[in-house]
Amino acid sequence: MSTGKPSANAISGSHPFAARRSMNQLTNKLFTGIVWLIGICTILFIIALLYTILQKGLPQLDWGFLYGEPSEIEEGGGIGPVLFNSFYVLFISLIISIPLGMASGIYLAEFAPANKFIAFIRICVEGLASVPSIIFGLFGIVLFVESLDLGLTVIGAAISLAFLNLPVLTRVTEEAIRSVPQEMKQASFALGSTHLQTIRRVLIPVALNGIITGICLVAGRAFGESAVIILTGGVTSSGVMWDFNPLDPGATLAVHLWYVQSEAIVPDARLIAEKSAAVLVFIVLMINIVFRVPMWLNARKMR
Amino acid sequence: MQSIASQTLIDIHKLNLYYGSFQALKSVTMDIPEKAITAFIGPSGCGKSTLLRTLNRMNDMIPNTRIEGKITIGGADIYSKEVDVETLRKKVGMVFQQPNPFPKSIYDNVAYGPRLHGIRSKQKLDEIVETSLRSAVLWDEVKDYLKRSALSLSGGQQQRLCIARAIAVNPDVLLMDEATSALDPISTLKIEELAQELKDKYTIVMVTHNMHQAARVSNQTVFFLNGEVVEFSDTEKLFSNPRDQRTEDYISGRFG
Repeated sequence: MSTGKPSANAISGSHPFAARRSMNQLTNKLFTGIVWLIGICTILFIIALLYTILQKGLPQLDWGFLYGEPSEIEEGGGIGPVLFNSFYVLFISLIISIPLGMASGIYLAEFAPANKFIAFIRICVEGLASVPSIIFGLFGIVLFVESLDLGLTVIGAAISLAFLNLPVLTRVTEEAIRSVPQEMKQASFALGSTHLQTIRRVLIPVALNGIITGICLVAGRAFGESAVIILTGGVTSSGVMWDFNPLDPGATLAVHLWYVQSEAIVPDARLIAEKSAAVLVFIVLMINIVFRVPMWLNARKMR
Repeated sequence: MQSIASQTLIDIHKLNLYYGSFQALKSVTMDIPEKAITAFIGPSGCGKSTLLRTLNRMNDMIPNTRIEGKITIGGADIYSKEVDVETLRKKVGMVFQQPNPFPKSIYDNVAYGPRLHGIRSKQKLDEIVETSLRSAVLWDEVKDYLKRSALSLSGGQQQRLCIARAIAVNPDVLLMDEATSALDPISTLKIEELAQELKDKYTIVMVTHNMHQAARVSNQTVFFLNGEVVEFSDTEKLFSNPRDQRTEDYISGRFG
């Protein structure tokens, strides 16, 4: 300050806009500090976790491990068939659950009447979304292993997994469709579109970001799911690569990880587990990135 | 101002509309002339927007509405069982209060309607997009950015885009539901000038909160109060020499 007057004011604290040292100011600062602290702690924890898993496993990876066949007794077993099964089971389960989940989400958002029965259905869907996965595994056993007498199979695991994901996909789709502004829907109707045209050309494209996020979520969860698959797909694979037979046993990478850690007698079980964990985490991250990059690009274009 | 010499296009006869047990329109009867601008004025909740939305049956989407009476457009009863609402809405376009372009490109916004109704040819679509944007006096501003997002336009441009989108399906009637109330004065003026140009080709029915707008742009003005038509006459006459005391009170600013 060039003149003496304002600084004199500041010292005496009589500046009209000087900070008030009230309780509100203090709690505001305290709260901001706490939020920052918790945020940073959480992020650091996640990064540390990811780093530990990836750093232990990734440097030791080689094609032989990724492509090789698992071994029961000797050292040096790979994860080829179980890794393949992971993708195969995920693929089949998404093929089943995406159309069904989206269809029921769209039904609930656009067509379902606003009555008590539908409200009850909605509560059921929400409840199912939080049912532990092992319950779906038990359901799968009853249906595929006992009633249909198929044994432990890829297809049984995939369909049970689809059931597990269905409620989440339904909810996410319903929410995403509902959050499309009403004005856009009206604009489409006012141009003479049918309900189906509005859903296809406006509601789904606008809601797509939310729906894709939901698909990422369930795909990541399905890829890492073990309980359902242990019960319906078993803990072994057919042991050979590129086995597309849906009636063969369907152990996935996540199940294999559990298996080598707890049951296996191979001497390098720990190493296999570390490498499998790294592959698992890496692929789940990749699923998220691969699904989302096109959405980011699109969102940037549409700003 | 022209007199009511032009032909009637929309004929509303003893229209009652109920939202549940609330009667929003009470025995509304009027003849709306073609290729002119008819303005609906009145205080909030007087039923002017409701009536506008009966003309393209957008009220159908609100549950628990009931309609009695008759509306014909060009002699055809629009509430008859044979009517296909999609075809009706193609003929009776609408522009809303808030500019509501789709989050698509400018081109895709205008081409949306024609595509809905089965036009696939790129050449045909290009032609429709250009003529529609020209009619909406937006072409010169956006012709080099047709692939850009419609959301990048200003509010006034977005509203003109919505007008272009509405006329791209070649309607007979254009409904404007307070189409300028979310816009700044300069954009409002542009839309008003545009409406003046468009009335040579389309029958325009506009709802407006702004009496001065009705006085500036419309040929006929209808004054609503509590779901009833109080007065319907040439705009000039309604504002200079209203027949009804309530109209006079409203236009002189004593209520509303």
